[in-house]
Amino acid sequence: MEKLITKLVGIENSERIDVYRAHGGYEALPKALKMAPDAIIQVMKDASIRGRGGAGFPTGLKWSFLPKNNPKPRYLLCNADESEPGTFKDRVIIEHDPHQLIEGLIISSYAIQTNTCYIYIRGEYTRGAKILNQAIDEAYASGYLGNNILNSGYNLDITVHRGAGAYICGEETGLIESLEGKRGWPRTKPPFPAVVGAFSSPTIVNNVETLVSPVHIINRGADWWKANEPKLYCVSGHVKYPGVYERKLGINLKELIFDVCGGIANGRQLKAVIPGGSSVPVLTPDEIDVAMDFDALNQIGTALGSAGCIVMDDTTCMVRALWNLLKFYAHESCGQCTPCREGVHWLEMICDRIENGQGRMEDLDLMLEIANNIAGRTICPLGDAAAWPVAGMPDKNKGGNLSGKSFINKFRSEFEYHITHKQCLVTGHLEWN
Amino acid sequence: MTQEFTTENQALIDRLIQRYPQKQAALLPVLHIAQKQFGVINDAVMKLVSRTLDIPVNRVQDVVSFYTMYSTRPVGKYHIQVCRTLSCACRGAEPMLEYLEQQCGVKCGEGVSADGKFSIVTVECLGSCGTAPVMQVNDDYYDNLTRAKIDELIATWKRS
Repeated sequence: MEKLITKLVGIENSERIDVYRAHGGYEALPKALKMAPDAIIQVMKDASIRGRGGAGFPTGLKWSFLPKNNPKPRYLLCNADESEPGTFKDRVIIEHDPHQLIEGLIISSYAIQTNTCYIYIRGEYTRGAKILNQAIDEAYASGYLGNNILNSGYNLDITVHRGAGAYICGEETGLIESLEGKRGWPRTKPPFPAVVGAFSSPTIVNNVETLVSPVHIINRGADWWKANEPKLYCVSGHVKYPGVYERKLGINLKELIFDVCGGIANGRQLKAVIPGGSSVPVLTPDEIDVAMDFDALNQIGTALGSAGCIVMDDTTCMVRALWNLLKFYAHESCGQCTPCREGVHWLEMICDRIENGQGRMEDLDLMLEIANNIAGRTICPLGDAAAWPVAGMPDKNKGGNLSGKSFINKFRSEFEYHITHKQCLVTGHLEWN
Repeated sequence: MTQEFTTENQALIDRLIQRYPQKQAALLPVLHIAQKQFGVINDAVMKLVSRTLDIPVNRVQDVVSFYTMYSTRPVGKYHIQVCRTLSCACRGAEPMLEYLEQQCGVKCGEGVSADGKFSIVTVECLGSCGTAPVMQVNDDYYDNLTRAKIDELIATWKRS
């Protein structure tokens, strides 16, 4: 398949503007600047692109929520706070092809008619921030940023803003609070950021991968995009060749693991796959003959999320794996809402006691009940993100309660083994090559 | 003791503030600059940041205590941050952490080694899952870590 987003990966000095231009870079921008801003939004709608950050919200629709005739300035925030466990795709774009992102940001900013864009990058990505700043300097020097871009009369400034280590700042309103110099405490919605966002002004927040898409949608057209939609998949864990792979949206998960990533390493057997970042329900080997797209994964009770695919082999202790994730969410809960602040810690502590041989059989239903009391009862989706691995996603047939289809019920016998035998069934977590 | 930014850092901060519609929005980047200059964000540094951005010192404390990257206690010359989250755990982060503790002579989360060189903490997903196990040392990532790689790194750092 022709690579678009990762075209420059592996090419020498790919982060430099001359290399980007030599490979067709900054060709979409003059075309976009000749279009009416609303026409670009319409093309994004026609392309039906859905957000790549995790929620999968239609991008063109989000952009069209900006209020007309509001005298306040607007802002575009590029969410580069990539922190969902198992996700490392935006870093590839930032480090290998920063100008692709900058071109996408200029087109997107023009489409939504803002003159100020911030790239909120997670604090740990110091290398990425440095590369972006160098690329932004090059773009200013070449007339792609600043005043009167390519003699179009359009002005834009981009600033890189580093976070400081908080998963919650990847949630769009937490990100806005953090940009404003505060704790990343998510805001109650409505009002949505498109109406009241950063600095009380209309604001659009989109993921890095989402914001490079306008470059290709403008170059190739909405119809081409719909027929060939590229998507970055991150595969980690026990596969032979982990990494970021650009494939057509909807690649079969089995093909992704066994053909693209060479299957399970060390001749072992597949035990479980988390298909879309740590927040989505886990799949068993008999469930992986599925298309990695938004709808197909929803139909089997999980989600594409951030396309961070974590593969586990048969030496993985599922109790310890779940505990590992719960410890993550307990650490990253911002502490604002009681169900998440308290409930996620309870889940972690109960799972910890099962893992350490002090579990009780009733703990399993207790965990499912706690998860159900967190999900849907918090300001932001972090509560859901912690509850879903435990107890599955909301199920219409259960009145919106969680389906129960994830770690505990899919691997219940292993959890029960832990409780009765007071030890792990398998101990792959103790191995290190 | 009153702390001051270097002239160079003060100029950097003045430029930064111009990038935001509100001065206080520069708080996170200014704290990064402060940590780089002073090595630690203590009370005196927080007072300096508060003066620099015209915001109450309790607001600065509020933010410093929320984000994990600001160190309120001294760290080693090599501050080792080991990713403990699932993809790294699948590839050996737990035994790797134990090995690092032995080699560096300091336990995770328990301050700085006797020679002042090392401190170790665990951190959540560093976004480098495809090259697990991973650690960040000061600003830099080290990935696909094996015992041999760690031996080599630590030997270099001990000599430095």
